[in-house]
Amino acid sequence: MKKTLLFSFVTLFTLLSRANFNTDTSKYKAETSVIKADADNAGLILPSGFGALKVATGLGEARHIAVTAQGDIYVKLSSAYKGKTIYYLHDNNSDGRAEVQTGFGDYTGTGIAIKNGYLYASSDEEVFRYKLDAGNKIINPAKPEKIITGLLSRHQHEAKAIALDNDGNIFVNIGAYSNSCQEKDRSKGSMGIMPCPILDSAGGIWKFKADKLNQTYGDGIRYATGLRNVVGLDWNNTTNSLFVMQHGRDGLHDLFPDLYDTKQSAELPAECMYELKQGVNCGWPYIYYDHIQKKKVINPEYGGDGRKTTTEDIIDPVAAFPGHMAPNGLLFYTGNMFPEKYKNGAFIAFHGSWNRAPEPQKGYLVAFVPFKDGKPSGWEIFADNFAGGAAFVSPSKAKHRPCGLAQGPDGSLYISDDSGGIIYRIIYTGK
Amino acid sequence: MKKIVASFLIFCPFLIFGQTSIKASLERGKKVYETYCLACHQDDGGGVPKLNPPLIKTSYVSGDKKKLIKWVLQGTTDKIAIDGKFYSNNMAPQNDLKDDEIADVLTYIRNNFGNKGSAVIPAEVKTVRATIK
Repeated sequence: MKKTLLFSFVTLFTLLSRANFNTDTSKYKAETSVIKADADNAGLILPSGFGALKVATGLGEARHIAVTAQGDIYVKLSSAYKGKTIYYLHDNNSDGRAEVQTGFGDYTGTGIAIKNGYLYASSDEEVFRYKLDAGNKIINPAKPEKIITGLLSRHQHEAKAIALDNDGNIFVNIGAYSNSCQEKDRSKGSMGIMPCPILDSAGGIWKFKADKLNQTYGDGIRYATGLRNVVGLDWNNTTNSLFVMQHGRDGLHDLFPDLYDTKQSAELPAECMYELKQGVNCGWPYIYYDHIQKKKVINPEYGGDGRKTTTEDIIDPVAAFPGHMAPNGLLFYTGNMFPEKYKNGAFIAFHGSWNRAPEPQKGYLVAFVPFKDGKPSGWEIFADNFAGGAAFVSPSKAKHRPCGLAQGPDGSLYISDDSGGIIYRIIYTGK
Repeated sequence: MKKIVASFLIFCPFLIFGQTSIKASLERGKKVYETYCLACHQDDGGGVPKLNPPLIKTSYVSGDKKKLIKWVLQGTTDKIAIDGKFYSNNMAPQNDLKDDEIADVLTYIRNNFGNKGSAVIPAEVKTVRATIK
């Protein structure tokens, strides 16, 4: 009897401790328990309770990034690193650092995304996809399928940023190869071409099938027009719609010094967030959004004087930010790691301005935009100090420039830096 | 001795005039730079990576003056490589600037941002301008 009792106790104890053990070692807890932020938070300034670490360094021009369900990272480069232009990063020992860095691909570019068992990646003219195995590793890195080809790339706004919806479509930015569709691009006083001929094949977002080979303009549709250039875009699963960040026009003062002073030219136009429905027009090059007057103002190239507003059917932005900050990454946060206020809000990677000179530059930060019922409300700086603090005076001196954003399976936020080649990971450790 | 004094008296005004004229040219060139160039090439001449080329010790700025003058007059719509790095932004032709304004601004950039180069004079700009259609 004693033996039986003892045996039962031992069995019970073992079972209980096993159950305990199983709960404690669930993947999420095991990962977060060993990931530690760098002592200096990788040089970044973050809100209280957040920490940052460098997952990888030395990747050069790291543009957009995608993180798998296993926590591995794919990075698209706009300049080859050791002869390769996409990198697969893997953390072998769960310390948060990617010891494994495997390069493949021979085309430079910006866009990268994972959807339904495929990795999608873009050059400045084409979009490719690679089949992934069950562990989200690429089965044949040397033989991607070419799904889109022949997109315009004319040395300006050439990055083909991409996003996918849940219905088998891929959205591609085709940036305008012009600042404001002047007869002579960026020439003082040159007027705008009416109608702007660029808009038939650029200056908008195009929609293609995510699984059809060799599509070009005739196979896709112009989903939204009047967007000068979009690098940051993301599909919002709450609203079931595409959100994009436009890079606003440059040089209001340089091109029309009688209408704008250097201060107005630095602040205007707003960098805008748009929610896109099929067929909308955001107004480039005819208008820009003035976030101070809260108006869609006619561009000086098209007869504007800084006040005249449009009567055309052009949508309003859902959020507006100071001029020239260059939003290069957009991510809707759906993770559970960060505090509740971040859920379903948007992170924006502002690459940083150059066209605010001679006024001080702005950007070089990651912003957060809280969302309520699918609408943004205000914004705040989330991660700052990429450029390097007081020593930073001009774009060429910026140490780091945030570009791409991605969310890890545990809810970490990943940020790529195309100036210093770092992949950052932001974790929340507060209570 | 008289000869030496005589030569000094003859050349001295030239030396002084030469120096003051370069100084004046640099001052005028700075103003031209701030008005027409700074927005893209920046306060420190560092330019913008991938977009607008730097003016700091590059072969374009320090090298052949004719090529540099032509560049300012004609601008570019090409993606160009300068010292191994690509820059893709368009530069509008600055042919509305007068010969002396271009001479001044090029003298300024060739002697700023860590550069040291000979001055550009209006006659050189005039000669190059005449070769462009």
